[in-house]
This record gives sequence, structure tokens and C-alpha cells, in this order.
Amino acid sequence: MTQATFAAALLDPDRPPPPGLRSWNGSDPAQRFAVHRNNVMLSLVDALADEHPVTQTLVGADFFRAMAALYLRRHPPRSPVLLGLGDRLPDFIRCFEPAAGLPWLADVARLEWLRIRAAHAADAVPLRVPDAATLAALQDPAQAPRLRVRLHPSAAVLGSAQAVVSLWVAHQRDDPLWSINLDHPEAALVLRPDAEVLVLPLPPGAAALAQALLDGLPLGDAAATALAADAAFDLVHGLALLLQHGAIVQFHPPAEPSP
Amino acid sequence: MHTASSQPALRGLPARAGVGLKAAHADGLLAAPQAVGFVELHAENCMVDGGPRHRLLERVCASWPLSLHGVGLSIGGESPLDGAHLDRLRDLVRRWRPAAFSEHLAWSGHGGMFFNDLLPLPYTAATLARVCDHVDQVQQHLGCRLLLENPATDVAFSASTLDEPGFLAEVQRRTGCGLLLDLNNLWVSCANHGRDPWAALAALPLHAVGEVHIAGHDVQHDSTGAPLLIDHHGAPVAQGVWALLDTLLARTGPLPVLIERDNNLPPLPELLAEVAQADAAIRAATDLRKAA
Repeated sequence: MTQATFAAALLDPDRPPPPGLRSWNGSDPAQRFAVHRNNVMLSLVDALADEHPVTQTLVGADFFRAMAALYLRRHPPRSPVLLGLGDRLPDFIRCFEPAAGLPWLADVARLEWLRIRAAHAADAVPLRVPDAATLAALQDPAQAPRLRVRLHPSAAVLGSAQAVVSLWVAHQRDDPLWSINLDHPEAALVLRPDAEVLVLPLPPGAAALAQALLDGLPLGDAAATALAADAAFDLVHGLALLLQHGAIVQFHPPAEPSP
Repeated sequence: MHTASSQPALRGLPARAGVGLKAAHADGLLAAPQAVGFVELHAENCMVDGGPRHRLLERVCASWPLSLHGVGLSIGGESPLDGAHLDRLRDLVRRWRPAAFSEHLAWSGHGGMFFNDLLPLPYTAATLARVCDHVDQVQQHLGCRLLLENPATDVAFSASTLDEPGFLAEVQRRTGCGLLLDLNNLWVSCANHGRDPWAALAALPLHAVGEVHIAGHDVQHDSTGAPLLIDHHGAPVAQGVWALLDTLLARTGPLPVLIERDNNLPPLPELLAEVAQADAAIRAATDLRKAA
């Protein structure tokens, strides 16, 4: 028996158990092997369910666990560090036919994954008040567009064509779900400036600004992206919002990259 | 080519009872840290860049000696050890300075996939050589001695030519590693393979034990109706395991003993009652030493 044979039988319940197994009393080794087959799937499905409580609530445990088992067979974990096991779950859900009638489900799973990611991201101290040199640069039309803005390592933007932020928030407070109109776009900044992971609803322009800054665009290009997303976008308000949330760690000129 | 005893042991755990630290019990334990002698954390759960787990580790390391317990290295794997994972382990050892580091005699991944289960090995000359190479590699990479944990198994392999205590004794002899003696695993394996746990205990390299695990198990039945024990860490420590602990400590003297409870967590006072029972067993062994 090789471990390749053993591994293949672990993941595929239709395969026979690997050859070469035996038991001391002549009992069926297949039953004993099945303990491992069940452990593997159960422990991984449990880990995925722990990271996606709202996704699971929305579809029910039976649906979620059946979907999770198919996902894990398609995308078995590649690392012994299981955190973020659901990184490909949103894409899987988008193509998962039984969930086709639930257009918000993939983005809810993504929001939950971004929360896990934020919780365990590197720590950094948010910049609350820019220093005098930064304020001067922000007011200088020659310098401001070239400024780089480093966001917190935990920061990520969720944009959705559906009201998934409201949906997720409602599940934190037991709000009645009938009050949510799902059919409109929403965005949020997921962030852990200190101990707690925050889900901060953002207007479309500020969401586009944050995403452009995360993508590494200089401030001028990021502001243009935000204006394209929302004609009423105001850069001062957008930056103030990000500063107030603790999303910005550093402003720096292009020639002087952050350490 | 083996390098027995070339790596220094970490400073070692105190001969007290400890617990695996679960988030639900963390605040209660940290409020009265003297109730336990050390705590154990799964290494993989510490492998994050920042956030609440680092904050917890800082509080833990300020309160107790830490036992760092790996569950994902796949020391028994046919695949080469995962270099990135070895680096992560080395970084953890350097940063958090655990008093002991342990891993399992098992495999848990193949072909780049990770199964999150401790899978059994045939005990042959070939697997012995491979396990020894991997243990050497871990000890060299981490710069410290590894405590290797005996497994809880349910299936055996026709290919096996060595028994489990003999296999572990040989790994210990060739690599100089220590033993994390899991008495629940020993009990479970012996029941599942029709062996005598007291004889198996006596055949292990007890001089090398650096930590003891005790735990509970579930009793199911195989296709003939014989008991099939499942090591699930979801019940109080079993009576037979307590008896094995007394026998072990009478032979070795006091050792660090961890109550391993990962599932179906009881309220903290119930867990602490088991800690007190283990501490009493350790004290009894200490008194026995003094009297001798």
C-alpha cells in the first residue's frame, strides 16, 4: 500500500479501502478505514462551518455541509494551517447550481472569509491624525496626486450587487430579515484596526477609493477611480472616512516607499 | 546517518498537570493561573501574522511554560517534509520559546494535500528509516529536541514487521528524540489491536518521556461486535488511563501531564478537577521517590 492509494480512498467514498489493511480479530478493516474517511471530511467541514456561521444559517446546516463536502473534494486544503480554508468558497458557490437562486450567497461567504483574514492579519497602528508635512502635501496640487496611501494590513473591500452587508449585519443582531431589500448594491470595508474585526458600510465612491489604494494606485488615480464609480464622490470626505475608521497606516511620497 | 542527541532539549515542562488551552477557558485560566502548571497550544493555530491569537500567546507565555504541539507536520509521510511549514515552526519556537515541542508519529498529508487527520503507518524497516530521517530533519531545522507522540490507531497493516513500542523505541534510540507518551492513545491502540496496555507501556523508552497526555475516548464496535475505541478528546479521562498514569509515574517519577480535551468542552471547574487529580498522582509519585 502506498500513501497515494490510501489518500485517494480517503477523499473518494466510491473507492474501495486501500489494500493491505488488517485487523487483529478478523473484523472488517473497511469499517476501521471508514473512521478515517469520516474524520477527514467531518473535521474539514466543521472547520469551514466554524468560519462561515451566517452562510450556514442562510442555507441551513444540511445544505451547507453537503456543499462544503463537494467544495473540499474539489479544493482540498493545501496547508496544515487551516485558517482561510474557504478562500475559494465564494467562487465555488457562484458556479454551484443548487445555489443559483441565491445570488447573495457567494458574497456572504466572501465577507466571512474577509473577516477571518482580517482577524489574523499583521498588526499595525492606524494613523489617526496626519502630521503637518502630510497635510501640506495633501493640499499641494503638485504633490497630492502622487502620494501613496498604505492601508492597514487587515483592510479589504467587499463590493456586492446585493445587500449582503445589511444581510450580514442583520444576523449579528437578530434583525427581522424581511426589512432588507436585497436587490441593491452595497459595499463595506472589513478592517481590524485593533482587537475587533469591523465591517464598515461604505458609499460606492469611498469603496472604490479604498480598493484602488489597496491595489497600489497613487492617490490621484485612486480618486479618479472613485469619481468614476460615484460622480458625487468627494476626496476629502473619502479620506476622512478612511482615517476615522482607522484604515490608513501611512501617507508617503512615491520616491520613499514604506519600510 | 543519524545524529542522536545532537540537539539540545528545550528547557522542559514542569512536573505538574497542564491543560490544552481552549478559547472558552482562556479568561478563566488566566485569572487564576496557578491552577495549572503549563498549557499546550496547537502550533498550527499560532501560525498567524497578528491579531487576537498573538495577544493570547503573549498572555499565555507571561503566565505559564508553553507546550507547543504540532498536528500538521506529517512526520510519517512518504512526501518530503513541507519546508515552509518547518520554517513556520522554527519561527514559532524562536518567537515564543516554548518549554517543549511535540509532533505525532503519523502522516496527515500527501501530494500537497492536507487531510487534518492523523493517519496510521505500517511499521516496517522502510518506514522506520523514513521517520528517523524526518525526525532528524525537524530537530536540525528547529535546533531543539522533538517529543514524538505515540498514535491512537484502529487499522493495522499486513506489511508491518515491528510492533508499535518497538518502532518508537528504535526511533528514539536512533534520533535521540524524546517521547510524548499519550496514555489514552496507548489504551485505545491496545484495545483496537487486542494487546495488553501494561506490557506495551513497559516496552516503551520511558526514560525519554518529556510529556504525558491523558484524555477520554469514545467506545464504538467493530463488525464482530468487539469494542473499537475512538480517540476523540471529547470525554473525561477514562479510568483505565488514570490507572496507566499511576503505573507510569511509579516507574518514572514525576512528569508533566496534560489533560487533553478538544471537544465537548466541560465547564472549567470540571476540567480543573481532572487537573487536581493528575497533580495528586504526580505528587504521589514524588512522595514515592522521597520515601525510596
